[in-house]
Amino acid sequence: MFNDILERLFLGSDIDTTSREDVKGRLKLVLAHDRSNLSPEMLEAMRRDILEVVSRYVELDSEGLQVALESDQRATALIANLPIRRIKAQPQP
Amino acid sequence: MGRIIVVTSGKGGVGKTTCSANLGMALARADHSVALIDADFGLRNLDLLLGLENRVVYTALEVLAGQCRLEQALVKDKRLKDLVLLPAAQNRNKDAVTPEQMKQLAYALTKKYDYVLIDCPAGIEMGFQNAIAAADEAIVVTTPEISAVRDADRVIGLLEASRIPSKLIVNRIRPSMVQANDMMSVNDVQEILAIPLLGIVPDDEQVIVATNRGEPLVLSEEVTLGGTALRNIAQRLEGKDVEFLDLNAAYDTLFSRIKKLFRSK
Ligand SMILES: Nc1ncnc2c1ncn2[C@@H]1O[C@H](COP(=O)(O)OP(=O)(O)O)[C@@H](O)[C@H]1O
Ligand SMILES: [Mg+2]
Repeated sequence: MFNDILERLFLGSDIDTTSREDVKGRLKLVLAHDRSNLSPEMLEAMRRDILEVVSRYVELDSEGLQVALESDQRATALIANLPIRRIKAQPQP
Repeated sequence: MGRIIVVTSGKGGVGKTTCSANLGMALARADHSVALIDADFGLRNLDLLLGLENRVVYTALEVLAGQCRLEQALVKDKRLKDLVLLPAAQNRNKDAVTPEQMKQLAYALTKKYDYVLIDCPAGIEMGFQNAIAAADEAIVVTTPEISAVRDADRVIGLLEASRIPSKLIVNRIRPSMVQANDMMSVNDVQEILAIPLLGIVPDDEQVIVATNRGEPLVLSEEVTLGGTALRNIAQRLEGKDVEFLDLNAAYDTLFSRIKKLFRSK
C-alpha cells in the first residue's frame, strides 16, 4: 500500500505502460521482421492467401483477425489468430 | 595457437574500441601476451585509447604491401610488455584490405600471442567482413538502446551464418534509469538477443576520463565500477567463473531506500 503510493509519487502513475515496456515491444516486433527477412508485401500476400484458404471452411470474424511474426530465442514463428464466427456446412471452392 | 576474438556491434559509438582496449590491457596485465588489431581502416581510434598514437610508424597496409615486416609494424606498449598494437591505416578506406589478407595477419599473430583481439569497424559491409574473417569467437557489444540492440541482432545473425559463436557485453547501463523503467535492463537485452552474457559495463564517467589520458580504465589503481566490470570480463574470457556485478547495489536510489524503510516495518 505504502509502496504503491510511493511509486506513484516518485515514478508517476503506473497505469500507462513504461517506456521500458514500450521499447521492448517495439524492438521485438522489428526484430521478428528483421530476422525473417520477409518483406511487408510478402507478409501481406501470405496473410491474404491464408485467409482465403481458411475462409473456404469457416466464416471468420474480421474484427479480431491477426497474422503476425513473432520471435523467440532467435527463432521466428508466424502467429495467426483467426477467430471463427461460424463453421460452413460444405467447403466452398 | 592463440585465440582470435573479434569485438563487434553493428552500430557505431557503443563501445567496441573501449572494450577492445580495456580487455587487451586487462589480459596483458594477467600475464597473457596480447595483440590488438585495429580493423577500423580510415577511422582508427584504438591507438588513441591505448595512448600509443605517437609511436605508430607503420600500419597493417605496409605489412601487406611488403614494405615492412609484421614485427616492425607492431607498436609495443611501455606499461605492459606483453601487449602490442597492429595499427590500421588512417588515410585509406575500409576496402583497402581483403578478408584473406586479414586472415594472413591474424594467423601470423596467433603463433606468438595468446590473444589476438580485433577491433571491428561499425557497419556490416566490407570492413566488418574483413574483421570477422579470421575470428574464432566474437564479442558483441551493445548499449540498452533500441537501435543498438537491433543492429547487434543483425550482426549476431551474420556471425551465426559464418559459424562464429558470440557472447554479449551490455555497455553503458544506467541503473537509475532501469529502476525508473526508462531503460531496458541487461536481462531484457539478453533475453531478446538470446546469446550468452559475457559482461555488463555501467555508464561511467571514468571511462571518458581514462580515454582522455590514453590510459584504459583497467590500468588505474583507483577502484572504479567500470574498471572492475571490464576486468571481470577479461577474467571470464580466460574461463574463470566471476559473478556479475550488482549495479543496483552500487546505485542505491533514494527511492529504493525509502521503499525498503517502509517494507521493514
Ligand atoms: N561504459 C561507458 N561509460 C561512459 N562512456 C563510455 C562507455 N563506453 C564507451 N563510452 C564512450 O562512448 C564513446 C564511443 O565509444 P567507442 O569505444 O569509441 O565506441 P565504438 O568503437 O563502438 O565506436 C566514447 O566517447 C567512449 O568514451
Ligand atoms: Mg571504434
